[in-house]
Amino acid sequence: MGARESTPSQSAAPFLRVENLTKMFGTFTALKDISLDVYEGEFVCFLGPSGCGKTTFLRAIAGLDIQTAGVIRQAGKDISPLPPAERDFGIVFQSYALFPNLTVLRNVAYGLENAGKSKSDIKQRVDELLELVGLPDQGNKYPAQLSGGQQQRIALARALATSPGLLLLDEPLSALDAKVRTRLRHEIKALQAKLGITTIMVTHDQEEALTMADRIVVMDHGTIEQVGSPLEIYTEPATLFVADFIGEMNQLKAVSVGKNKLRIGDIEFSCQPRISSGQNGVATIRPEDVVAFEKSRKTSQNVIEVTIREMEFLGSFWRTILTSKKLSDQSITADFSINAVRRLSIEKDRRIRIELPTQALRFYDSQD
Amino acid sequence: MVDLSLKTAAVVKVKPRAGRDAWIMRAFILVIGLYLVVTLAMPLYAMLSKSFNTYYFDLARYEVQINEDGDWGETIDVAALNAASNKYSRDQLRTSSDGRLSIVSMLENFSFRAKTLYRLRNVHASGSFLSGSELVDDTNWHEFTSNEFRRVYLKPVKTTGLDNFRQYFSNPSLFNSIFNSLFIAIVTTIITITLAFTFSYAIARSKMRFKGGFKVIAMAPILVPSLLPGIALVYLFGNQGMLKFLMGDQSIYGPIGIIAGSVFFTFPHAMIIIQTALSISDARLYEASDALGASKTKTFFTVTLPGARYGLISASFVVFNLVITDFGLPKVIGGQFNVLAVDIYKQVIGQQNFEMGAVVSVVLLVPALFAFAIDRIVQKKQVALLSARSVPYQPKRNRNFDRLMFSYAAIIAALIVGTLAICQYAALIKFWPYDLSLSLTNYDFDVMDGGGWGSFYNSLKLAALVAVIGTVAVFTGAYMVEKSQGMQFGRSLFQFLAMLPMAIPGMVLGLAYIFFFNSPNNPLNFIYGTMIILVICTVTHFYTVSHLTALTALKQMDREFESVSASLKQPFYKLFSQVTVPVCLPAILDISIYLFVNAMTTVSALIFLYSPDTTLASIAMLNMDDAGDIAPAAAMGMMIFYANVAARIIHHFLSKRIYSKTQAWRTR
Repeated sequence: MGARESTPSQSAAPFLRVENLTKMFGTFTALKDISLDVYEGEFVCFLGPSGCGKTTFLRAIAGLDIQTAGVIRQAGKDISPLPPAERDFGIVFQSYALFPNLTVLRNVAYGLENAGKSKSDIKQRVDELLELVGLPDQGNKYPAQLSGGQQQRIALARALATSPGLLLLDEPLSALDAKVRTRLRHEIKALQAKLGITTIMVTHDQEEALTMADRIVVMDHGTIEQVGSPLEIYTEPATLFVADFIGEMNQLKAVSVGKNKLRIGDIEFSCQPRISSGQNGVATIRPEDVVAFEKSRKTSQNVIEVTIREMEFLGSFWRTILTSKKLSDQSITADFSINAVRRLSIEKDRRIRIELPTQALRFYDSQD
Repeated sequence: MVDLSLKTAAVVKVKPRAGRDAWIMRAFILVIGLYLVVTLAMPLYAMLSKSFNTYYFDLARYEVQINEDGDWGETIDVAALNAASNKYSRDQLRTSSDGRLSIVSMLENFSFRAKTLYRLRNVHASGSFLSGSELVDDTNWHEFTSNEFRRVYLKPVKTTGLDNFRQYFSNPSLFNSIFNSLFIAIVTTIITITLAFTFSYAIARSKMRFKGGFKVIAMAPILVPSLLPGIALVYLFGNQGMLKFLMGDQSIYGPIGIIAGSVFFTFPHAMIIIQTALSISDARLYEASDALGASKTKTFFTVTLPGARYGLISASFVVFNLVITDFGLPKVIGGQFNVLAVDIYKQVIGQQNFEMGAVVSVVLLVPALFAFAIDRIVQKKQVALLSARSVPYQPKRNRNFDRLMFSYAAIIAALIVGTLAICQYAALIKFWPYDLSLSLTNYDFDVMDGGGWGSFYNSLKLAALVAVIGTVAVFTGAYMVEKSQGMQFGRSLFQFLAMLPMAIPGMVLGLAYIFFFNSPNNPLNFIYGTMIILVICTVTHFYTVSHLTALTALKQMDREFESVSASLKQPFYKLFSQVTVPVCLPAILDISIYLFVNAMTTVSALIFLYSPDTTLASIAMLNMDDAGDIAPAAAMGMMIFYANVAARIIHHFLSKRIYSKTQAWRTR
């Protein structure tokens, strides 16, 4: 597992340290022996398909569903057995869970009451928070009178009201429509950066994770598959699962023939150093990493001739399906810019030469 | 990935620490759970064990010596004495817990004036007898003059076994009631369901006019005690009834009267359930049926009926249960036709045979539990239907059909209004059928049996107390069970206890309360005969429906409210008072009016528990009817009706006001 590479400010002690966390629901193991460090001020995303355990992990950190075994330390203190009320976090749920019968003002002020604060202090803080989330004059409305995006921001303001050390976001954007979602992504990210609050967000939307997170924790079947920056996760997937789950990925049956060599069909390619030890496996390359050549150019390494079987116009680029007998008739999906298509006069049924660049070609053992 | 984490020995399980909120919530569950145990489980247990207790006089436990002329004769075993005089057979020695046997009844030629002296002793330490009011339970000889000896009574010994049941089933006059009860319940169910289905169909599927009015009228029977239609029937078809000629040589006193009255009081219960079932059916199915060219009749049998089947089944069992457990109506109009619920009353009040009362109660529990279980299973399926996304059916105008449905609904409404009107008319007539002038003499309750106007005020007080205390207890309990975490077993147990009252007939509950609370060993004995026990019994009796109403409302709340509140370090009771209660206020008001109306009309459980200081209006009705004061009984019944109507109206306006005040957020 290629965990914990290149993290910001790794010299400092982690703000949140999770050690060997296991969560059982009856006989079902939802989390298997998970360890993770989260550093102060970081924005971490738990990403994975539904049922992978990401929400269970978040709820364990919040104390809402306490783990069966393992330790969670926050700011150096073991918080494992503590109920939510004795932990230090703010949380936003997918449903927002705004109190429907209280005004926006009272929703945001909810956590500030009976904490020994004067009314004017509370009012000031609430105004400040509403300003922060960009809804300064909506205080007297009820949640039902706000749009989904506005409700989401009120939930955020309420979670931040008590200045918690840790902000937990449980699929906060998935109930919103696409446009609002994109806008809020940036707003939340900017707000988090401005406040410097350590944040953990659960999402099943890879685009969300890639654009917002400092580090992404990819999970599957209750285990962590990879931890890394969005770029690392995208360009250097540690496992075939990650490679497959994030972005588009070609998967071709291949055989490993040495540390940096693999064979697809009849052809040998040089590839990134392999991580696993098996013989039979899968070669992967992203559609946008496939490079097309003019026919005249001299042959070089990793180049093959293919037939264009299908072409599909997707707006900013063309998606093509390429095949070759030499790849034992496996097809490759490749994306070409409009420019390249015009320049190389790529058309359906024509033959072209493509390169599968060494730095983009990887070999994995087949799963299972 | 291999699952190795939990197999390695070093793993230490995390023991979650419960916060203050969790402890408070657990305490609440415990308190309300304990309330249900004490007011439900323990009384029922007391009743069950009572039904297996048999008492008989064990004469072999006593020895007697007689001194007729200065010399003590030989020691005689009392059993031998009985054998010699041939006084009591084995069966005659069977008795109840309060049975007493005079010892001199076994002595031939006994005279209390004779100078004869007697000695009596217990052979075993377990035997006992009464000398006057003094209990003797040692094994010494005790000497008596003949005048003293005639006040010596033997006490029965207790054994446990099925003897009571054997006796019950060997007595045809008792076990025939089972068939009578089943007969009444089944026939009523068939009639009520047919009538209520047609009525609900008219409301859901026609465009007839005056729908709102019909619905309100159809609900009216809920507001009166079940015996009120009995009184109306007596006025109409009784021995001096206005329409007696319609009865031919049949008598209204018996199955006909019980069935007619039962249909009246069960009608709204069936209608509510069936109407819900009909209103959730999917319009798309009707469009499909239309498009496939199915006839109206075919659509009815292939779409409408199957769609409403769960509602129909559920309503059937609810009606069945209501009828088989009802006591007031068969008491008033049953005549010589015995049913189980009345048998319990007769055994307990008439014959003071508590053990046999307990046996009949157990017999009555069987069909009630059965009907309850089936209803629960069907209800669950109904819920699943409800949550499906469907397009509500919109009836189209059809002049002939609408007119037909209107006539039908009008007839039903007229029958209901007519029944109430007859009672009101009867209450205002001086002396039916001889003096038809109007007067208020029948309202002079204070000169009649049953407790007078005081019982009406007691009923109001009871209903108000039940509404307030019951609502608080039920809603708090439901909240704690729904929103607390952990303690899975405790919460399931609580759920079970909360569902149980619905399956327990009122008569059974009331009798169980006698056994449990009237026992001198019970520290809660002091509440016996007070208003407190009436309140407790009524809250428990109507717990289930209230609990389900509260649960439904609570389940609609976002389940993350508690998590958010805890993360903001706020105690749960702040959330409860500021969010949960205000949001659920409509449901809370519904619970309170339900409890109020039922407390006003209930008879069955409380008939065993009221005291001269706590007489109630509905029971006064029964007692006045028993004493032949039928007109005052009708007058009292209508007072209950008006009180409930008033409560309903207040509830309506209160809801409206609260709605506009605290539910402002519902409107955009």
